[in-house]
Amino acid sequence: MAAKGVVNEHSLVGKNGVSTQHDRNGLRKVQEFCIQNGKIQESRNGSTHHSKEKKRKTVESFEQVPLYTAVMTYLGFYLLMFLGWLNQLLFTPNVAREQNREGYVPLYNRFESFYLRYVYRRVRDCWNIPICSVPGAEVVLKDRITRDYGWTFEFTGTETKCLNLGSYNYLGFAETKGPCAEESAQAIRDFGCAQCSPCQELGTNPLIVELEKLTAEFLGVEDAIVFGMGFGTNALNLPSLLGPGCLVLSDEKNHASLILGLRLSGATIKVFKHNNMKNLEKVLKAAIVKGQPRSRRPWKKILIVVEGIYSMEGSIVKLPEILELKRKYKAYLYVDEAHCIGALGERGRGVVEYFGCNPYDVDILMGTFTKSFGSAGGYIAGSKKLIDYLRINSHAACYASAMSPPVAQQIFTSMSIIMGKDGTMEGLRRIRQLAYNTRYFRERLKKMGVIIYGNQDSPVVPLLVYMFSKIGAVVRTLKQRRIAVVGVGFPATPLMEGRIRICLSAAHTKEQLDAALETFEEIANTLGLRYSQQRRPTDPVLYGVLDKVD
Amino acid sequence: MSQFVLMDVFQAFNEVPLYHVCLEVFLLLMVLWLIFHQSYNPNETGDLSKEELQALIDEWTPEELVSDVDQNHRALHPRVITSKAQKYISIDNNKCLNLATHNYLNFVGNEIIEKSAIDTIHKYGVGSCGPRGFYGTVDVHLDLENKLAEFMEMEEAVVYSYGFSTIASAIPAYAKRSDVIFVDEKVNFAIQKGLDASRSRLKFFKHNDTNDLESLLLEQAELDKKNPKKANVTRRFLIVEGIYMNTGEICPLPALIELRKKYKLRIFVDESVSFGTLGVTGRGVTEYFDVPKQDVDMIMCSMEWALGTIGGFCVGSSFIVEHQRLSGLGYCFSASLPPLLTVAASKALDIMTKDITIFSDLKDCCELMHSALETINGLKTKSHKHSPVKHLVLSDECVFTIPREEVLYEISNYCIQHGIAVIVPSYLEKVEKFTPTTSIRLTVNNKLSSEEIKQACTVLQEACNALMSH
Repeated sequence: MAAKGVVNEHSLVGKNGVSTQHDRNGLRKVQEFCIQNGKIQESRNGSTHHSKEKKRKTVESFEQVPLYTAVMTYLGFYLLMFLGWLNQLLFTPNVAREQNREGYVPLYNRFESFYLRYVYRRVRDCWNIPICSVPGAEVVLKDRITRDYGWTFEFTGTETKCLNLGSYNYLGFAETKGPCAEESAQAIRDFGCAQCSPCQELGTNPLIVELEKLTAEFLGVEDAIVFGMGFGTNALNLPSLLGPGCLVLSDEKNHASLILGLRLSGATIKVFKHNNMKNLEKVLKAAIVKGQPRSRRPWKKILIVVEGIYSMEGSIVKLPEILELKRKYKAYLYVDEAHCIGALGERGRGVVEYFGCNPYDVDILMGTFTKSFGSAGGYIAGSKKLIDYLRINSHAACYASAMSPPVAQQIFTSMSIIMGKDGTMEGLRRIRQLAYNTRYFRERLKKMGVIIYGNQDSPVVPLLVYMFSKIGAVVRTLKQRRIAVVGVGFPATPLMEGRIRICLSAAHTKEQLDAALETFEEIANTLGLRYSQQRRPTDPVLYGVLDKVD
Repeated sequence: MSQFVLMDVFQAFNEVPLYHVCLEVFLLLMVLWLIFHQSYNPNETGDLSKEELQALIDEWTPEELVSDVDQNHRALHPRVITSKAQKYISIDNNKCLNLATHNYLNFVGNEIIEKSAIDTIHKYGVGSCGPRGFYGTVDVHLDLENKLAEFMEMEEAVVYSYGFSTIASAIPAYAKRSDVIFVDEKVNFAIQKGLDASRSRLKFFKHNDTNDLESLLLEQAELDKKNPKKANVTRRFLIVEGIYMNTGEICPLPALIELRKKYKLRIFVDESVSFGTLGVTGRGVTEYFDVPKQDVDMIMCSMEWALGTIGGFCVGSSFIVEHQRLSGLGYCFSASLPPLLTVAASKALDIMTKDITIFSDLKDCCELMHSALETINGLKTKSHKHSPVKHLVLSDECVFTIPREEVLYEISNYCIQHGIAVIVPSYLEKVEKFTPTTSIRLTVNNKLSSEEIKQACTVLQEACNALMSH
């Protein structure tokens, strides 16, 4: 049974290896232009951009699962459930029971507790692993063992130093020494650990004012507003921007914070297939033509909500096409750049710079400071009108407490370094290193014959293992070999697609990556991870080459 | 051989009654029709022509993404704090006695806490770079959770990275669409967002009015009698605050516990303001009323007020709190609390455990402030005398020279100019379920001397006098 391997190059190659050309409103012409050694091609006619728009040829792959593996994964899952049911029948679970509440309606539903106790518990030791050092290129894990099959854990007292492929540290700013740490310490001395006041009351200090200005400059927009929590930025600002009578087109794989914010807003939500522009256009058209459900009145506004890099898939949003659709159908666009700000683009300005688009075209740019800046918090950036509105009406600005001063200072210092304002090339060096690491690691993994998802430039690498039990096996084996990775399974991903997620960092050196890849090569044999049925590339993989030389 | 089979079939056919044959033929035709007919897709816009579709799309004009705002709004010209938010605070370079930020126990600016936070940066960096499930659990988090559980004499605690999301994530983790929640009218905004996210049926009762609550519970009991099957799967929750941020009143906890036992509710208390401020040892409203902690199902608290750091926690029995480690959205899908803020909270807790005089000092200051505020002509205070959050509203009898809506803002501006920082809290009127009345919110901290309290009241009185018409 041949696998339906799909390699999408902006849908120039369709399924089953047949080459078809899709002509979508002049987009075919666009794809013929691409970056070559930084040379910029002419922009399209009728374009309203005033900046140079470089067209980028992106390479993404989402190889489909071989049928045999799919069947075995399902069987494995049913076996787990059956064993769990047997276990429940024969042994009493070692869990906390509710005291002093006889006659009360049970608090949890039965299937949830069953799943947690008998399926999740078996692999529970792969998550929530405590660390006791800075999560830099290497991290120190606290060892723990379970004497009762995962019900409880004990610390052994020993620690293991591992290569850190699990933390979000794209530009390597999780450091204990250096300008960032020193200036954050100074911020504590100047302003204390926290302001203890909501933003609108007495939550503004000079650090926050400077940080907002710098963020706006970094992104190339008019103004920005910062909040103390990235999750909260989405969940508390979407309700202020939307209301009943608005329509939201949300990507299938959007993050939980976006989904929560959209639900709280009361707008109508329609989901479109992941990164599928045809489906998006179809849904948009139908929505405008039909209007609001039941009353048929026209929609007040339409907002398309997407992410820059999807952290579970490793795919990058098709921004030029979305901007095209947005202009055509007069919709607004919200891009959540949590994982790509600082990590994509030649100067780290995110997905907008990566595609060479104009940041003014994206109505609402949102991002978090947790990943590339080694800190915490989130921001929203855009036109001054938008930010003024949010300053007054945002739930977070009015009720949630202001960002902590040392956290704000860390962001300010790291952002200045990325922008080169400290006078060194350190920022560019880190961005370059991350780009080299990403390409090299991904190419080497592809050569190994494992299935990885996503765009070749995305520093998030999901490695598919499919079976639930394999997630546990791989994480444990790698931990023994001193590599820390993250395993993700149901319900965060579809049932059949368990995966190991690797996050690369500018702090990783080539030697560390080579050592890790050797280990991956070994376990690919012992644990059976070579699912790919495509031809493996035979050219040697060079480190430090971003575009293939023809 | 086949001849015999055919004969058998033919014979069988003859013996079968006629209606059976008709039925079989009819079914066969139905199957053929289902296979071959065109399926109807209600979403297709098939009955409009291409030009009509294009015309509809061209005609549609969306509203502006955001509406215009008043450029003179206070939020666009915020006051800038140019110093630490300690007992004295510098607002726009104007030094004031700080009665505006929530620093009840004076942990902001405490040198021990700051030193340990700085040492933590040199060990762990600033950010934790991941959610709790993915290498974001630092040993200091586990340490803080153990300390909190021990301090509150409960089994387990779970720490979140932001105060607002603690409460807004904890409620929907337990309450779902089919459940019913009884909640006080004057709860704070974070609880309101948690209620919205849970999608349960909400029943609001009048502020601190247990009679009103009981009547609502009786109504619900009537409904339950009519439909006992549904009642068996409807969970009932009661959500109150220890001290209400919007009014400064304390909830009548013993009466609420009685109702809880009688009507089988689960009670969640938001002790953001009462943690560290009520009770001899600062353990909150359960200690204040001497209620056994097991009678309360869960206590939720924001660390952003009394503990002087960022974050929040939920504490209760393991049975209840453990659930949030997989269902609390703000816990699972958000990066964990930065280690330096965790250690700051830990050290603050250590101080709270060792030195209980800070709580009696705070109680004395609250009582002194309360009696001093009552002497002001023109303003009346509605809060409890032990609450560190005091709300001042205009007296009904007094007449002012400017419209009543603006008086409180002018008083606040006058006070700040004369060295006393008090503010009027901002609310989102269109979004709040029951907008609180405009008031001046004054916070008390435990290092205020009686001269400072007197001075504050003098300035407030001057401000009122300046605006009152005689």
